[in-house]
Amino acid sequence: MTGSLPESEGLVLRDASIALRGAPLFAPITLTVAPGRTATIMGPSGSGKSTLLSAICGTLDPVFALSGMVSLNGRALAGLPAQYRRTGILFQDDLLFPHLSVGDNLAFGLPQGLSRSDRRARIETALADAGLTGFAGRDPATLSGGQRARVACLRALLAEPEALLLDEPFSKLDADLRARFRQFVFEHAAGRGIPVLLVTHDPDDAASAGGEVIMLRDI
Amino acid sequence: MAADAAPPDGSRRAGFLRLVPGLTLAVFLGPVAAGLVGTLLPAFGFLPALGGEAVSLDPWRTLAEYPGVADATLRSFVTGLSATAISFTLVALFCAAAYGTRWFGRVRAVLAPLLAVPHAALAMGLAFLLAPSGWILRALSPWLTGFDRPPDLALAPDPYGWNLVLALVMKEVPFLFLMTLGALNQVPAERSMRVAQSLGYDRMSGWLKTVLPRLYPQIRLPVFAVVAFSVSVVDVAMILTVTPAPTLGVLILRWANDPDLTLQFQAAAGACLQGVVVLAALGTWIAAEKAAASLGRIWIRRGARRMPAGLNAAALGGLCGAALLGVLGLVGLTIWSFARRWRFPDALPSEWSLANWTRRADQLAEPLMTTVWLGLASAAIALVLVLLCLEAEQRTGRRPTNRALWLLYTPLIVPQVAFLFGAQILLVGGGLDGHWIGLVWAHLLFVLPYIFLSLSDPYRALDSRYARAAACLGAGPWRIFGRVKLPMLLRPILIAFAVGFAVSVGEYLPTVFAGAGRLTTLTTEAVALAGGGDRRTIGTLVVLQGVLPLALFALAAVTPVLMRRATFGREG
Repeated sequence: MTGSLPESEGLVLRDASIALRGAPLFAPITLTVAPGRTATIMGPSGSGKSTLLSAICGTLDPVFALSGMVSLNGRALAGLPAQYRRTGILFQDDLLFPHLSVGDNLAFGLPQGLSRSDRRARIETALADAGLTGFAGRDPATLSGGQRARVACLRALLAEPEALLLDEPFSKLDADLRARFRQFVFEHAAGRGIPVLLVTHDPDDAASAGGEVIMLRDI
Repeated sequence: MAADAAPPDGSRRAGFLRLVPGLTLAVFLGPVAAGLVGTLLPAFGFLPALGGEAVSLDPWRTLAEYPGVADATLRSFVTGLSATAISFTLVALFCAAAYGTRWFGRVRAVLAPLLAVPHAALAMGLAFLLAPSGWILRALSPWLTGFDRPPDLALAPDPYGWNLVLALVMKEVPFLFLMTLGALNQVPAERSMRVAQSLGYDRMSGWLKTVLPRLYPQIRLPVFAVVAFSVSVVDVAMILTVTPAPTLGVLILRWANDPDLTLQFQAAAGACLQGVVVLAALGTWIAAEKAAASLGRIWIRRGARRMPAGLNAAALGGLCGAALLGVLGLVGLTIWSFARRWRFPDALPSEWSLANWTRRADQLAEPLMTTVWLGLASAAIALVLVLLCLEAEQRTGRRPTNRALWLLYTPLIVPQVAFLFGAQILLVGGGLDGHWIGLVWAHLLFVLPYIFLSLSDPYRALDSRYARAAACLGAGPWRIFGRVKLPMLLRPILIAFAVGFAVSVGEYLPTVFAGAGRLTTLTTEAVALAGGGDRRTIGTLVVLQGVLPLALFALAAVTPVLMRRATFGREG
C-alpha cells in the first residue's frame, strides 16, 4: 500500500486507526470527505476521536501510532511535518495567543511573504467577516467568548488550509452562541470549498453538519 | 502500511538540537571529572609541576598530623548536618501549619528576596547583629547590660560554629521553602488535606501524614544539595568562625592559597577528605530518612489527630525569626555604608555621609564591573543552553532520564573544592587561570543547574495545544519556538535569568580558584575584608551584592508588564 498515491480529491481515510503502545483505540475507519462537504465522527470521550485529528494534522503524541492511510487532495500525509500538511484545526478552546493582539493573531495565520498592504487588507476583511471591524489592536483577553471563537476560526482559514478539522470547538459555548458559531464555521468552510471533519459527542452538532456520520467502535 | 509517528511540533528532524542535551552535559561534566582527577592525583603525591613524581601517602600523613584537622572536619560535619536538619524541620513544620492560610503567601513574599541575596552578604549581616559591638548588644546597652564599650566576648564569630549554623539556616530556609512550593504543584496536596481533615485530622498532622511523604521525593535532590553545600561551605565559614577553630573547607583554602607550594599536596588531600565528609553526611542523612520513614509509618498507624499545641506558633516564629535576622543584618550594614560616626552603644550613626561611597568608588568599580559582566555572561550562556535542552526534549519527546538529571546536579552535590582545586591546576596548565573564559566556565557549573531547576517546570507546563495550533497554521518548529513559546514564557525565562545572575553574584570559591586573584568580584572582596573591622567598606560591598540581584528580579517582574502595555496600551 505504501507509495501508491490515492486518486481522490478531498480528505481520505482508509483503514485508519490509532494504537496506544500497540493497543488499538477503535476499529479501523474508512471515509472520504469531498471538498466543500462535511463528515462527523462521533464517540464518547476517551474513544480516541481527538487523537485521530491530531494524527491527521501531524501533532500526534509519540506514544500513539497511526495505522492505515490518510491523504489530502492526493497527497499522503504520513510522515509530513505538521506545518506542511495544510490542515487547519479548531479546538475546544480558541487558543488565541495571549501575547499577540487580535490582528497579530490573524497575521500569524497568514502565509509568509505577503506585502504589508496585502496582509493588512486580508486582516481587515477577516475582521469585517467576523463583525469585529476595528478590533485589530485589541488584547484577545478583552473579547467575548463568541468573538474569540470567530477570530480563532478566521485565523485557521487565513492559513489557506486544504481541510478543516474541528475538535469539538462548539462544546464550550452556550446554546444560542453555539448555533450561530456553528453556522459561521460551516459557511466559511463551504465558501472555500474545503473538506471539513468534525469530531463531537453532541448529536446536535452532527445533525447541523449535515454530512456522513461515523461512530467510533471499540475493538 | 504507512505509520505516522511525527512528534508534536511536527519535526522529527530536530537536527543539531538533538545533540544539545548531550553536548551540554559533556561541556559541563568533562571539566568536573578532569578536576576531580586533578585533585586526586596530587592528593597521592603526584604533581610533576611541583616535583611530585611518585605516588605516595605522604600528603595524607601530613594532613593527619596537621593540628586541629580532626576538629575542623567534625565541625564541618556537625554544623552542616545541623543546619540542614534545622532548615528542613522548620520548613516542613511551617508548611504543615500554614498550608492554605494567608501566612503562606506572606512568608513567601519575604523569603523570596532573601534567596536572591548572596550567602556571604547574609553572613556578614548576621556577624554585625551578633558581634560584641553589634546591633543586638547596642539595643540592650547600656540600660540592660551596663556596657558602654563593646564587651570582650566571643559572640560572633564564635568558636563553636553556632553562628555558622544560624547563617546557613537563614539562607537554606528560603531555598527549601521555594523548592517545596514548586513541588506542591506536583502532588494532590489540596485533595489529600480535604480527606485528612474530613477524617478528623488537624491541619498540621494531616499535612505531615498525607502530603509530606509524597512531597519529599520531589525535593530530595535540592535537600541533598543543601547537605553537600552546608557541610563544605567556605565563605560563610570564613566570616563566622574564628581563626583557631575553622572548618575543613577554610583550612583547605588556607593551604591552597599559601605561598609555600608544598602545602598544595596537603590541600589536595584535604579536598578529597572534604569529598568523603560530604559522602558521610549524605549517608547519615539517608539513614535518617529511613529512620524517619519507619517512625512516621508507626505514627500514622497510631492515628493521632492533633499536633502538640504551640508547635505551629514555634514553626512560624522560627521561620520569621530567621527571615527577620536576615533582613535586620542587611539593613544594619546598609546603614554602615552611609555612616560617618557610629559609636557604641548608639543604635544609629550620629553623623551620616556619602564619603564611604565616593571615596571608595575606584576601589568598588572594578569588582562591581566584573560581578556584573560575569553574572550576565554566565546566566545568558546557561539560559540559552537550558532553553535549547528543553526545546530538544519537547521535539524529540524524550524527557531526560533521572540519571541525566543527577549528572546535571553533580556540581551542586560534589563539594566545590574537590573539583575546583584540580580544575585550577588544569586552568593553570592551559594558561586560563585568571582569564575570563575559565571564570565564566566555573560560574556556569553552578548557574546552569539552578536555571534548569527554575525553568524546566514552567517550560513543560506550557499548554502544548498552542504549539499544535501554531503548527497547524503552518509555523515551523523554530517559528513556534521564537514567536509562541518564548513570548508566552517571557516571565519565567526572565526570572530564571535573574536566578542565574543571583547565583553567579554569590559564588565565592569558583571565583577565588578560577579568578586566581586577578579577577575579583564583590563577594570575594567582601569575604576578604570580613576579618578586619572596616564595616563601612563591607557595608558598601554588601549593599551592592544585594542590590544587583534584586534589581534584576525587579526587572524580570516589570518587563512583561511593560511589554504588554506596549502591545495593547493601558487597557491590556
